Amino acid sequence: MWLHPSNPQLDKKGRLHHLLTLEGLPVEILNQILDTAKSFIGVKVKKVPLLRGKSVFNLFFEPSTRTRTTFEIAAKRLSADVINLNINVSSQSKGESLLDTVDNLSAMHADMFIVRHGESGAPHFIARHVAPDIHVINAGDGRHSHPTQGLLDMYTIRHYKKDFTNLRVAIVGDILHSRVARSAIHALTTLGCPEIRVVAPKTLLPAHVAQMGVHVHHDMRQGLKDADVVMMLRLQNERMQGALLPSAQEFYKFYGLTEDKLAVAKSDAIVLHPGPMNRGVEIDSSVADGKQSVILPQVTFGIAIRMAVMSIMAGNK
Amino acid sequence: MKIHIKGGRLVDPKSGVDAKKDVYVVAGKIVAIGEAPTGFAANRVIDATGLVVCPGLVDLAARLREPGYEYMATLESEMEAAIAGGVTSLACPPDTDPPLDEPGLVEMLKFRAKNLNQAQVYPIGALTQGLKGQRLTEMAELVDAGCVAFSQADAPFADNEVFYHALQYAATFGFPVWLRAQDPSLSRNGVAHDGPVATRFGLKAIPVCAESIALSTILILVRETGARVHLARISSAEGMEMVRQAKRQGLPVTCDVAIHHAHLTEMDIGYFESNSRLDPPLRSQRDRDALRAALADGTADALCSDHTPVDADVKQLPFAEAEPGATGLELLLPLTLKWAEEAKIKLAPALARITSDSARVLNIDAGHITIGHAADICVFDPERFWKVEPAALKSQGKNTPFIGLELKGKVRYTLVEGQIVHEAK
Repeated sequence: MWLHPSNPQLDKKGRLHHLLTLEGLPVEILNQILDTAKSFIGVKVKKVPLLRGKSVFNLFFEPSTRTRTTFEIAAKRLSADVINLNINVSSQSKGESLLDTVDNLSAMHADMFIVRHGESGAPHFIARHVAPDIHVINAGDGRHSHPTQGLLDMYTIRHYKKDFTNLRVAIVGDILHSRVARSAIHALTTLGCPEIRVVAPKTLLPAHVAQMGVHVHHDMRQGLKDADVVMMLRLQNERMQGALLPSAQEFYKFYGLTEDKLAVAKSDAIVLHPGPMNRGVEIDSSVADGKQSVILPQVTFGIAIRMAVMSIMAGNK
Repeated sequence: MKIHIKGGRLVDPKSGVDAKKDVYVVAGKIVAIGEAPTGFAANRVIDATGLVVCPGLVDLAARLREPGYEYMATLESEMEAAIAGGVTSLACPPDTDPPLDEPGLVEMLKFRAKNLNQAQVYPIGALTQGLKGQRLTEMAELVDAGCVAFSQADAPFADNEVFYHALQYAATFGFPVWLRAQDPSLSRNGVAHDGPVATRFGLKAIPVCAESIALSTILILVRETGARVHLARISSAEGMEMVRQAKRQGLPVTCDVAIHHAHLTEMDIGYFESNSRLDPPLRSQRDRDALRAALADGTADALCSDHTPVDADVKQLPFAEAEPGATGLELLLPLTLKWAEEAKIKLAPALARITSDSARVLNIDAGHITIGHAADICVFDPERFWKVEPAALKSQGKNTPFIGLELKGKVRYTLVEGQIVHEAK
């Protein structure tokens, strides 16, 4: 076995082999990724040759524009060959099993799989079955994890706030269905953030969320009080009406981020959102476009983070 | 055929015997225990020195996958697994395709099983036609064909009125009804216990109240109708406590626990291990401890294998997409022994949960070693370790959360009606 016995993401030397989740990833590796990303920011040359001759396969079992595009840009800036596969409309609809798909792509001499899948744990499954020299990067699986999003959120927070150990971070919205929230919580606890709050109605919180090391708030103003960082989550359309929530309007009333609610946070608090935003549902336009918003820098940092992850893995021979 | 089982430790939970005694078998029946009958000359002597001789195991939940799911397993492969696991009587649920809702299907199954000349098969008939939960099956006909009880397997009733009438009708004729307590809407699309693991992994959860709400409906209807109900695979502490109260009130209910739930918890999902995708889901440590305590004090009448052979094609998938279920017939004995050892339960009462007690639940004359009765016997080595790996399993289902583990307790001989049907080194 080439993998670490207790952590399926690390190789035997404890280095990053796959990136499946931020849970259980050592702080040294988180910092290594953030520092490497920093070195890519502001580099004038468009291309660096770190992944020259490597094939990166984007395996998207679920539609995505932003994440796939940023991975593609990142891989191309590292001089890799990028192959985009939208599996939904190809092999899976022909009845090919996931394992067969992965075997076939491995046979095409892939070096890296970027995987997005609707089911939690699918990248773990793929990582367990690929050849030892192939790296798997999770680009979002079900409700479980979206590690590069979590890392770019950490990069953004570190960029503006420098130090995690004196921060109060509030994560607001649909925690239950959010892989972004889970990734952020794991990364923040590892990086030493002393107070993480989740703010949501009971219907949008998993049963045992407090065991992840967070404080639970149902009242947005209490949850945002004196916060340094406010992370808003996207509310999926299909959750907006039914048994979880009565309507988008009522959600906005209680949990939509307005200037008025943001005023209880610290005056220099920053506002993050993973995108795409529902303006007027989870966030008001005046906040999204306001001076505390760091939503667009997040996207820029996202490319550097993905370059960092891929180059570190490619270097771990 | 005259068989002399020599020098073994005879453990018969029903009579309370636990002593070094020989067993003598003639023409399919046990003719003597301890002393040889006069003039007995064995054709075959089984040297049971250092081995335990106990009744053949009686398993309450073994899916044989026929008819309809032969690509997952066949009667031949699973009956082979049964005797390799020391199981000589087994109940099979009606969740086949088509379901066991017609006498012809049941007769065919019984006939095919009988021809294999291995374990005795006791079919559980479908309670409603096609398991659709709408119209009752012809229960009397099904009983004549060989059904010993009726069940909805994991399928829901259309509504509580059908459920109520089904129990009333079954109660009229004293037919036992076997039920899984799981509310269909609270468990819809759920794949894991609503605990810290599902929270961290973002898996759709099945809360404990899915079991307890269904259980409260069942218990109220049992009180109303007087139907004799067996509750299959209770998974939670709360559910087990409700069964305890119901028994205390004198309701005619029994229940079982699956071997997986007596040993494992949600933590055993590990890193999305599909082998641990089970139905009901593995719950918390507190739940598991309550199930073990209930097995010890008899609130849980029996341990069952919940044998569900699953094809690799539908198991080798991401956790939530994988078919639930695990192979179990060959693990029933070692996992019962493991529970007994860990819970410090003596061998006889532990074996009772998979022999005499499960036979009592099934209401069949089996699971004991008595002079004049059929010689259904399991002889096993209680100290022998073996590794659970695909090649070691006769079952066509090779998936179990225990894969790779070394378990203690190896079946050496299985006798059904005095025939040695399984023999292993």
